Amino acid sequence: MTAQTEATEKKAGELGKARLRKEDERLITGQTNWTANITLPGMLHIAFLRSPYAHARITSVDVSAARNEPGVIAAYSGADFAAEQGSLPTAWPVTPDIVIPAHPPMAVDEVRYVGEAVACVVARDHYTAADALAAIEIDYQQLPPVLDMRAALEDASPKVHEAGNKSFDFVFPQGDLDAAFHDAPIVIERTYRQQRLIPSAMEPRAVVCSVVGGEFTLWSATQIPHILRVMLALITGIPEQSIRVIAPDVGGAFGSKLQVTAEEVLAVLIARKLGRPVKWTESRSEGNMTVHHGRDQWQRLRLAADSDGRLRGFDVDLLADMGAYLMLVTAGVPILGAFMYPAIYKMDAYRFRCVGVFTTKMPTDAYRGAGRPEATFAIERMMDELAAHLNMDPLELRERNWIKHEEFPFTTVAGLTYDSGNYEAATARAKELFDYDGLRAEQARRRASNDPVQLGIGISTFTEMCGLAPSRVVGSLAYGAGGWEHASIRMLPTGKVEVITGSSPHGQGHETAWSQIVADQLGVPFEDIRVLHGDTQISPRGLDTYGSRSLAVGGLALVAACDKVVEKAKVIAAGLLEASAEDLEWTPGRFSVRGDPDKGVTIAEVALATFFAHNTPEGVEPSIDAEATYDPDNFSFPHGTHLCATEVDTETGFVKIRSYVAVDDVGTVVNPIIVEGQVHGGVAQGIAQALYEEAIYDDDGNLVTSTLADYLVPSAADLPSYVTDRTESRAANSLGVKGVGEAGTIASTPAVVNAIVDALRPLGINDVEMPCTPERVWRAIQDARGGEQASAAEQHEARQSDQTQGHSPQGIGTPDQSGGVA
Amino acid sequence: MAEITVTVDGVKYADHAEPRMLLVHYLRDVVGKTGTPIGCDTSNCGACTVLLDGQSVKSCSVLAVQADGAEITTIQGLANGGLHPLQRAFHEEHALQCGYCTPGMIMAASDLLRENPNPSDEEIRDGLEGNLCRCTGYENIVRAVRRAAQAGVSE
Repeated sequence: MTAQTEATEKKAGELGKARLRKEDERLITGQTNWTANITLPGMLHIAFLRSPYAHARITSVDVSAARNEPGVIAAYSGADFAAEQGSLPTAWPVTPDIVIPAHPPMAVDEVRYVGEAVACVVARDHYTAADALAAIEIDYQQLPPVLDMRAALEDASPKVHEAGNKSFDFVFPQGDLDAAFHDAPIVIERTYRQQRLIPSAMEPRAVVCSVVGGEFTLWSATQIPHILRVMLALITGIPEQSIRVIAPDVGGAFGSKLQVTAEEVLAVLIARKLGRPVKWTESRSEGNMTVHHGRDQWQRLRLAADSDGRLRGFDVDLLADMGAYLMLVTAGVPILGAFMYPAIYKMDAYRFRCVGVFTTKMPTDAYRGAGRPEATFAIERMMDELAAHLNMDPLELRERNWIKHEEFPFTTVAGLTYDSGNYEAATARAKELFDYDGLRAEQARRRASNDPVQLGIGISTFTEMCGLAPSRVVGSLAYGAGGWEHASIRMLPTGKVEVITGSSPHGQGHETAWSQIVADQLGVPFEDIRVLHGDTQISPRGLDTYGSRSLAVGGLALVAACDKVVEKAKVIAAGLLEASAEDLEWTPGRFSVRGDPDKGVTIAEVALATFFAHNTPEGVEPSIDAEATYDPDNFSFPHGTHLCATEVDTETGFVKIRSYVAVDDVGTVVNPIIVEGQVHGGVAQGIAQALYEEAIYDDDGNLVTSTLADYLVPSAADLPSYVTDRTESRAANSLGVKGVGEAGTIASTPAVVNAIVDALRPLGINDVEMPCTPERVWRAIQDARGGEQASAAEQHEARQSDQTQGHSPQGIGTPDQSGGVA
Repeated sequence: MAEITVTVDGVKYADHAEPRMLLVHYLRDVVGKTGTPIGCDTSNCGACTVLLDGQSVKSCSVLAVQADGAEITTIQGLANGGLHPLQRAFHEEHALQCGYCTPGMIMAASDLLRENPNPSDEEIRDGLEGNLCRCTGYENIVRAVRRAAQAGVSE
């Protein structure tokens, strides 16, 4: 079979088909099995008392009055768990001398962020448990909070932990940076803020734990049932084989449920103490305080270039807010970015440094993109700054520096080898869909006519590394787990197929996409396949879903398992056909005898014959089931070109996204509607960082944005419609697939901010801090007009000139001139 | 404890409810209608939206006692057998991913289409402003509501 005919057959199969999702039926009819829906006989409810202080010593706790409330079965403080609760794990010690403070699931002596659990009540129902919290008596001695990561590193700063406020100092030098900057004709220096975000999955966390005869079952709204099981065994000492973790339907996560949480560990310990099933459901305001946050970095950047725009070197110096403790991959999140700052560009040298800092806030950890959105923002913003300095079209500057499509595979200055990509193709398609030239012409007209609403064009030619990943590589980075994925296939006697995956979906659509892959591999109907997941008893091996790894790792594990099924089935088919296995040909779904195509058996017939096992060849086991564990030898590198047009009202600071075009290259596509959905949602979350969201703590360390009334998760009315398309360069794996889950989020934030700054650049503005709220944009305009960048005399001159010429020298009207906003 | 009589998805229930009990807790914990999820505690997310006497309400901002004598429709009682046109449209337009917001989104959309059977995209976006989705970026939700409107929700 030639490659050509193979490709044609693939096209005719399931791969690439816009299959509607198998998951939907239960989700649209309210039959979903969320953890919060689970009720067990005799089940008790847990409510947690949480610290109202950012930093305090617990001087006394008395839970006895709460214990005496009617309907209360138990009440505990941290001391009650001190001997058994251990420390919540951190799996990524990024440097040998990293400081990893003990992190008890329930605080015993000291609290270090508002919301940290200090006591709990276990009662017959949730209302009773919540009421009885009021009867707990607890005294604190307040300690000074540590809220600014920059001040935290000063000698005089109060300490979050005895060991100090620095967790680690990670340095990653590549090439001769001094040479790259020495005599560089252009050096651009900027400092950017990656604000703290709250992941805000729509399903709040929930945990149910039952214990029967020493066997524990934990249901949790988690994206990592397998990792959670191992960690619970290590923390609690309960033998791993006595713990079953189930992730039932999980309502979104975006990294926020890639965690081993205090509440999960405590639910297990309480169930063990009481010998009864227990349940905890989180309120949203509790979750905003205590589900790990994302981002929160200061980025100091220096970019060196030649006068023609060729990049020489990039120097990245980060401060990353860890919050009060290191949770599962807290320290690793900024380090994931270390490899992505050079992005799609060629340069001579690069240096990355990140200092991890403790503050008295909720710990940060993975949030959609995890380190890569920050990196992409930095480089894509800097490319626009360099283009502005050179007075060059920012796309032209990018093209001058990016890796050409014929140069793949290409090893970047950060040491990654990108297997595939075509930045030219994605950019050309995006420009066409966006009407790039037309919008640039309109922008020029609006500038010339002094339009109070200015048009900005933002660009993001992003790539990212995902599909985590090669076990050896993540091991070399001190990550505390492998990066493989597992799959198994059960061939049922009736010809149906059960697929068991170690990936753990929470909205992605695995049941549909996995069915499509297996249907093609085995030649069985899509409808005849059922995908099982998210229960360590059914799916015993897995490393779960995060880092856009499901398809690029777990999907390829499926292929490997299917290959083994075919291999085993071939031997049994040969027996049935009374032919030698070497003489059999496999076209998905059927074995036939070479040279006699009418003589054959279907895979379903082989499955049934294997079930009977009456005629299996001597010495062959009567099973064609198979399992496989796949460990890729590289990461996955999706890329794309996102273009954003914003209309910025210079009188009010209001930013309206007028159009958004996303052209993504995610390699071969299994299901285009799922891919498009991932891009839509990803882009929306990136826009949310650019325009709307920020977790804010006040001067005492209280989370001000503790509800959805205060933390602005955008609604349909706040977001634009998106134009999406794809280009396709096959990844170097057997399906040709790349990850897609995080790409949109990684791409869109810089596209939006670049568009805003592009609109305002004629005013002398070169940055607006995120989120670019109307107030911030308006203030930036005011500062540019009246602040550091224009003296009083210049302003006066500008007004004079405006009166005589009808427009300002900058070509943009201001509130002051129009009299619209005082 | 107050005595209440509520019809939920066509079935009549007579119960004693604490005056402070939220309607959503009554539906989930007493009646067993767990198809209506809880997404927040400030009436912002809309995940718990149901119809109360035909009008959409966030069932976290209504007390069970306020529903005394009322007829409640949840996502589990929206269709008369088979799927409601909105349910079908959400499926066909891939307007859900994790599905947690979906029951509330569909119930809010049904009220939106009752009031405005042929909404523009902007009217759909404004009309669903009280319902948050974190997965879809709303593009396909708008498409689904438009599709259901075209199909005619009374079909």
